[in-house]
Amino acid sequence: MRKNFVSITGMGIISSIGNNLEENFSALINKKAGLSQTSHINTIHKNKIKVGEIKYTNNELIDLLGFDKSENYSRTELLGSIAAIEAIKNSGIKSINKYKTGLISATSVGGMVNTEKYYMSNNSGGKSKNYVKSHHAGKSTERIADSLNITDYISTISTACSSAANAIMLGARLIKSKKLDRVIVGGTDSLAKFTINGFNTLMLLSEKECMPFDANRTGLNLGEGSAFIVLESEEIINKEKKRVLANISGYANANDAFHQTGSSDKGDGAYLAIKKAIKIADIKKDDIDYINMHGTATTNNDLSEGEAIKRIFNSIPPFSSTKPYTGHTLAAAGAIEAVFSILALNNNIIFPNLNFKNKMPELNLSPVTEITYKNLKNVLSNSFGFGGNCTALIFSKNE
Amino acid sequence: MNKICYINSASSISSQNTFKNKNFFKEIVVSNERTTPALEPNYSEIISKISIRRMSKITKMGIATAQSALKKANIIMPDAIITGTGMGCLENSEKFLKSIIENKEEFLSPTAFIQSTHNTVGAQIALNLKCNNYNMTFVHGSISFELALIDSQLLISENQANNILVGGIDELGKKIVDDTLKLENHYKNGIKAPLSEGSHFFIISSIKTSNSLAILKGIEIYHKIFENEILNKINLFLKKFNISEIDVIILGFNGDIWDKYYKILTDNLFKNTPQVQYKNISGEFSTSSSFGLWLGLELIKKQNIPKEVYLNNIKYNKINTVLLVNQFKGTQFSFILIESAL
Repeated sequence: MRKNFVSITGMGIISSIGNNLEENFSALINKKAGLSQTSHINTIHKNKIKVGEIKYTNNELIDLLGFDKSENYSRTELLGSIAAIEAIKNSGIKSINKYKTGLISATSVGGMVNTEKYYMSNNSGGKSKNYVKSHHAGKSTERIADSLNITDYISTISTACSSAANAIMLGARLIKSKKLDRVIVGGTDSLAKFTINGFNTLMLLSEKECMPFDANRTGLNLGEGSAFIVLESEEIINKEKKRVLANISGYANANDAFHQTGSSDKGDGAYLAIKKAIKIADIKKDDIDYINMHGTATTNNDLSEGEAIKRIFNSIPPFSSTKPYTGHTLAAAGAIEAVFSILALNNNIIFPNLNFKNKMPELNLSPVTEITYKNLKNVLSNSFGFGGNCTALIFSKNE
Repeated sequence: MNKICYINSASSISSQNTFKNKNFFKEIVVSNERTTPALEPNYSEIISKISIRRMSKITKMGIATAQSALKKANIIMPDAIITGTGMGCLENSEKFLKSIIENKEEFLSPTAFIQSTHNTVGAQIALNLKCNNYNMTFVHGSISFELALIDSQLLISENQANNILVGGIDELGKKIVDDTLKLENHYKNGIKAPLSEGSHFFIISSIKTSNSLAILKGIEIYHKIFENEILNKINLFLKKFNISEIDVIILGFNGDIWDKYYKILTDNLFKNTPQVQYKNISGEFSTSSSFGLWLGLELIKKQNIPKEVYLNNIKYNKINTVLLVNQFKGTQFSFILIESAL
């Protein structure tokens, strides 16, 4: 293990392409997308839009988790708990409090998915607890912490669509600085009427399956899901002889400082974040073997992100967006794509950018469109959010 | 190794007259209202008129206090902007949600949605300053502000930043506040402090200046602490800094049943220490502990404790070391230790 790397020893995921790691991997290599009409959200846009929805109902998720049925849960909490519990198991952790362990989660929807159900009802006689107590974004993190038995350091980040990438970055920094021995990092978001209507008013939703980096792209599909990864200190790795899936070698956050919802033409924030992440990883830019792009398939993002990577790389590494599989899972996207990046590294596979047909004339770039086997050492994963929030993470093979 | 973190400036907008007011200690008001909105300054002197119209209260409060904190510390471009907010942009979130429900998802304007994300205030500050640097937002109930402080301390230790703009911001919102009050009134031992709002920004710096208000010695948060653990946790925390006695303890009493945690401290370890509360004047909100920190800095600066917040009226001869303890309904615990920079 190279010095100053932060090791990843476990991961867990639930998304519209699968309820666990194995199912997600199988869907990825079989080019099986998870986009459909929503069956859980009662919206007038139902027949018009495609979403990356997990088909379990809340009650089914509660059963799977074995949670107490008398309590009031948000879907965000339930999805997060499923992924976090899988991550702990996958890492082979038996006793959570043997080491100083923290939890950092990310969410943008948080409790809004409950708030939107109960907000307008008569909330007298203590009934408002149906949403008042769960509205704050940290509530979902607390539920996950309780199901993992984590009592000390917990944290929730919300920087829109880069949230989970920021949670992963913070976790890596806390391990590096020896503030924590172990930290479970990731994000969770569920589909909500609130976000569907928000993105719809911005005219960013596609009626078709999204087509990142295509000249004729028509916008994004929203998705839901959660993923968590386990980061552990060198001391734990050595003492417990742990299997290391990959290392986090680079990370950085920068701000585009251009517009609340739009990205700058030349992708300044993205450029700065990627450049700094490569510097922190202490590698050459040509050492990046694959980029898992943010690639939302909106007109603005793909152009701006494409310009940013053109500015950085002399020869552009193979790249793809996996959003056509899962939809854009907002605050969870950075974690879901971190898991995909680690799966790519572990299996030396580049997952294809589905639905791509024609190059954007402004960029003249083609993403990887077929399952591609290639020896991968360093994978860059981009996540950008509203408010100009840009984060780049680099995952590296443990050698 | 932690590097020394200085607090080089502080700015407050709250339900008290705290914004750019040197005489605040003489103007404290104890209100009997159940909600106390912030006393907002005349923003037209601070923010351009075109921008004001588009901004919600939380953003205006945030930008005004951020600007003031930067100015007081003579910082033009911070190396990082880190915010904490428990409830985020409630006004815009509620506005957009209400229009979704009332208009049955038709004819919606995106404006409220665009500025409803939790990182709106941090993003708007960056946009105003054209600041491309690190920008982060923590959203975890009553430890949101503390998480932002911890991140700033970490950035300084990593040599990634020298001057960091850190703030805690929350706004009251509309129906959700009424419903929160309904719930608190429904409980026998609910929150008695008024529900409120505010914005507090600080410059956390690796550099000591003639303006330095205090040293941020340490900060810790806990998801949960059992009643029988609280004394031990505080002792362990203070031990890390080789501190045997503090001059003042500031506690987040809000009148609910969970005040029992503070009582354990005031009845035992800090029985003979000057004890200060603040939520009786700031009100309760997710980031009210940032008002607590602001008050702690004022105590050090003025070497004086106003009677409205002084709980035990013990004689003191100096205020150099201040410990802040906060929690919310038995979760979201925080300890902050500050020390005079002199």
